[in-house]
Amino acid sequence: MSNEPVLRVEGLTVRFTRRNTDVAAVNGVDFSLKAGETLTILGESGSGKSVSLKALMGLLPAYGKVSGKVWLNGQEILGLPAAALAKLRGGAVSMIFQEPMAALDPVYTIGEQIAETIVQHEGCDNRSAMKQALGLLEQVKIPSAERRLKNFPHEMSGGMRQRAMIALALACKPTVLLADEPTTALDVTVQIQILLLLRQLQEELGMAIVFVTHDVGAAAEISDRIAVMYAGRFVETGTTRQVMRNSLHPYTQGLLSSTVHGGMRGRALETIPGSPPNMAELPPGCAFAPRCRYVADACRQGDLPVVTTESGTMARCVRVQQLVAA
Amino acid sequence: MSATPTHRPRAQDSRDRGGPAQPLLMVENLTKHFPVRGGLLNRQVATVQAVDDISFSVQKGETLGIVGESGCGKSTTARLLMRLMEPDSGSIVFDGDQVGDRHGISVSEMRRQMQMVFQDSYTSLNPRMTMAESIAYAPRMHGLGRKDAYDRAESLLSRVGLTPHQYSRRYPHELSGGQRQRVNIARALALEPRLVILDEAVAALDKSVEAQVLNLLSDLKESLNLTYLFISHDLNVVEYMSDRVMVMYLGRVVEAGPVESIYRHPRHPYTRALFASKPTLDPDRRTTEMPLTGDPPNPINPPSGCRFRTRCAFAQPRCAETVPILTAPFEGDSDPAHVVACHIPAAQAVQHV
Repeated sequence: MSNEPVLRVEGLTVRFTRRNTDVAAVNGVDFSLKAGETLTILGESGSGKSVSLKALMGLLPAYGKVSGKVWLNGQEILGLPAAALAKLRGGAVSMIFQEPMAALDPVYTIGEQIAETIVQHEGCDNRSAMKQALGLLEQVKIPSAERRLKNFPHEMSGGMRQRAMIALALACKPTVLLADEPTTALDVTVQIQILLLLRQLQEELGMAIVFVTHDVGAAAEISDRIAVMYAGRFVETGTTRQVMRNSLHPYTQGLLSSTVHGGMRGRALETIPGSPPNMAELPPGCAFAPRCRYVADACRQGDLPVVTTESGTMARCVRVQQLVAA
Repeated sequence: MSATPTHRPRAQDSRDRGGPAQPLLMVENLTKHFPVRGGLLNRQVATVQAVDDISFSVQKGETLGIVGESGCGKSTTARLLMRLMEPDSGSIVFDGDQVGDRHGISVSEMRRQMQMVFQDSYTSLNPRMTMAESIAYAPRMHGLGRKDAYDRAESLLSRVGLTPHQYSRRYPHELSGGQRQRVNIARALALEPRLVILDEAVAALDKSVEAQVLNLLSDLKESLNLTYLFISHDLNVVEYMSDRVMVMYLGRVVEAGPVESIYRHPRHPYTRALFASKPTLDPDRRTTEMPLTGDPPNPINPPSGCRFRTRCAFAQPRCAETVPILTAPFEGDSDPAHVVACHIPAAQAVQHV
């Protein structure tokens, strides 16, 4: 594995402009990812985490304006012509979704769908593609894979469908796998199976994973690094340990303390007051300021300081800057 | 409503008929099977055994948590209790009165005292009604005058943390998910119920909002002397909210007991696997082995005997033959209120979790 990042993103912004509304969904996201590394983007609904992924894949509707720079294996991919992008999608970079039932085609068997992708990208014949599809189903540990190859999506259970979708995404050995809440719709006993499977596949195949979730538990299980997203920005990034144990940003702290876990019985939960901001009317300065218990005048003005600690944690916060300086 | 939430003695509630020892709700042998039709003549080809012969009770003032995965029958149980569906068999006794019985209480009287909050805050509100109209609807149906019903709606709105003059005239689409769920809670409280069924009431909310709503539910329970039936798939939230917990699997109760006992010493192999599947929230203690393989089986034609046996590492021939019944484990140190439905004592050996 080289130390060159396989995916590098700089200043990614997405705006949705329609008639009178101008929604700033993603406001400058930067990250880079090495082979075999997992970055989790953790955020609540509307924070821009899914939109960021879709922007990387070029899956946004025409009224979504994407700017910034994205390099995949050293090649700049934002602004590539549609045909070149289509070659990358499902090839060097692929994506899995929250709802496999919606992402898979209901009128083709699992085998046909996987084989189609392989034929499309590798130009081999159907029979050998089918053989590869069988191998993929075995790789994602679908029992009696031979029979399952001929199943339609509705004939499978939720966990099985999610495995089939992962097999489909791995069909062309992607260097980057984008995972958009792949375990959210699953039961807890199945969720842990899928997380373990992803971890194991990553070890075998060495791909980089961008894992998007709102679930702190899933993030702790799978990621090397966590980026906490709020109102279209990364407010804190760091290793999983740093973010889970010594978070710096008041939003991360609030999110962790309001997540119920064992041993909290009998105590009132610490909550973040209010609700997430309207992305069409973001306040100047820190978007979290209206809900922040440490808010100061400096938070409401202009650009926020980006603080990087010695341990490599980044936080976008006035208070953190003061704490680090002191 | 008292300003400082303290426990009022139960006797002050004029509707309390049975006294403190009488469970508020007693459910016996509740069963609901759904026919599956198909084929040329649309005959019944199979049965979904959604809820199969379950019995439990809820004491006054407690929170009973029900956990289980999708398809385990927890939501069907809630709907059967509210009589949103007719049970095939079984009896429901509310504070000593049989529901729907000539000598007991009617379904509509039961619904006055038992209310429900659903998971989807948007679809459970009428999109054409303002918040105040939605909340005032039930009291008006039950005979309260217009003015009084709207006054009650406004006081309930402020009780759940929404300023009445700001929210009473809004429509569901103008509110966020957390605000709508607060309105649903206010609506459930409008008839001054004694028992509130919360069916995945916080499941669709973001974590920061979920915590706010859980705090609100705890406050309301204290100050209004409520009893909760708290249904959720989230093991951590159930532990946080409940006094007693009931674990369901494929339409049956596999384990029940006080929350500390269940969470510290789970005894049923399924309960253990369920807890072991819970993310640890600790990057240094990640799960390395799958506690269970496969998905829960289809509740159409479930396995005979113990329904968990097909995924259970301890299964023996007798597990297929007889249905295990809920019994307290033999060991002396265990809580007698903690009951398990499992044939195999070795599978139940105490582990410290």
